[in-house]
Amino acid sequence: MTQQLRHHIAGGFRQVYRFFAFHWEILRRAVRPPYYGATVWEQMDRIGVDSLSIVVLVGFFTGFVLAFQTGYAMMRFGAKIYVGGIVAVSLVRELGPVLIAMVFAGRVGAGITAELGAMQVSEQIDAMRALATDPLRKLVLTRVIASVAMLPVLVVIGDLVGIAGGMLVGVMNLGLTVNFYRSSVVNALVFNDLFSGLVKPVVFGFMIAMVACYYGLTTSGGTKGVGEAVTRTVVVSSVLIFLLDAVITKLLFLIGM
Amino acid sequence: MHMIQLIDISKEFDGKQVLKNVSLTLNDGETLVILGRSGCGKSVTLKIILRLLEPDGGRVIIDGEDITGYREERMMPIRKRMGMLFQGAALFDSLDVKENVAYSLREHTRMDEQQIADKVAEALSFVELSGSERLMPSELSGGMKKRVALARAIALDPKYMFYDEPTTGLDPLTSRKINELIKKLQSEHKVSSIVVTHEIANAFQVADRFAVIKDGEILLSGTADEIKGSKMKFVQDFIKGGVISYANQ
Repeated sequence: MTQQLRHHIAGGFRQVYRFFAFHWEILRRAVRPPYYGATVWEQMDRIGVDSLSIVVLVGFFTGFVLAFQTGYAMMRFGAKIYVGGIVAVSLVRELGPVLIAMVFAGRVGAGITAELGAMQVSEQIDAMRALATDPLRKLVLTRVIASVAMLPVLVVIGDLVGIAGGMLVGVMNLGLTVNFYRSSVVNALVFNDLFSGLVKPVVFGFMIAMVACYYGLTTSGGTKGVGEAVTRTVVVSSVLIFLLDAVITKLLFLIGM
Repeated sequence: MHMIQLIDISKEFDGKQVLKNVSLTLNDGETLVILGRSGCGKSVTLKIILRLLEPDGGRVIIDGEDITGYREERMMPIRKRMGMLFQGAALFDSLDVKENVAYSLREHTRMDEQQIADKVAEALSFVELSGSERLMPSELSGGMKKRVALARAIALDPKYMFYDEPTTGLDPLTSRKINELIKKLQSEHKVSSIVVTHEIANAFQVADRFAVIKDGEILLSGTADEIKGSKMKFVQDFIKGGVISYANQ
């Protein structure tokens, strides 16, 4: 029993070591060309543009529900005029980055792992290496750059759509005017909120792509292994999103942001 | 002249010793066939030469250069001199035949579209698959996949070719076609090759020299006549194509 436990702990440490060694290999490549610009562009399209519809949907309904819930709670205190500001700050600082990153992990992260995992089990990754191409550069770095570039864009779009969803509730259900809601949003948002709302998706985008590529490239065990790798990607990414969110929030508060 | 040398290579997976102090040489222009049962470490040997796998011990020397311990980046120029035909062909399934064959040309040369198209056509003609450029890998038979993979592997005119079970799972006529291509590459392009197989009939069609692996060790190496004349039961049974059951020996 003790030996089994020791074996599991050692295995866990080995995994963590390999995961960080993988980071080191990618970061080492990130500072030197080539960068496969055309592949990065193609990935930005697949990762970003193709995710737009689900991001718009999630953003809209998040803002919509948030405005409803806060609006009715605040009406009791006669403070419904602050709904726009509350929706905007909540979305920009917290809900937008976290919820859209979760959707991103489920859609993009899972897709990356499935693609790379299938390539791994069918020896396509080995074939790529045998053809003198570095898969970490061609497959991983391109996806990491595309994720880091596109997730903040998606979050900004999701935030804007969410604020618009909140406005719909504010105007139709809470009796606010468009101008009133808009000025409430503009007055509430400060630079720190925007900074916080942009730092998080950059970190999340990097983390999700790294986790997805790592599990994709370490897939073994055929199609069953691909399925397991995809599940691991979604679970680990989701947990890390919440963990990193807490860490970043705390750090930003510590530096007064 | 020794072009590729493996010296005392060992490799272990999850506590199981797959290769034990394996030493091999590949001479200029020859075709070396590594014979052995499935799972005896033949494919691992090829992957160690290409450094797709890292050996636990021993040295790999290519053209006099000791590549043991080379990082991935340092292996790239060396891999450009090598071509590998994988057991399952390992074609990029999202790319059509033309783009599969053109892959290394786009990666490593500055050829324009016309030059790439010409080179792809030449490689496909070599494997007798002219006109198949627009087909997707999913539309190809097993034998066609292997031939496209061969065309892809030779697109950069490699000095060395490695074949991992090139005829396994193919019908006799297609197997013969693949063997003819291996011989043609050797005679027309002066390519030195290592073929890994457990199919004795095909092995004799292409081999200049043999190395027989059993349980991760080189049991015997020599010419076709030396292999045929061996008194070792394992080798004789292998040649006769008899059912071999040495798992516990």
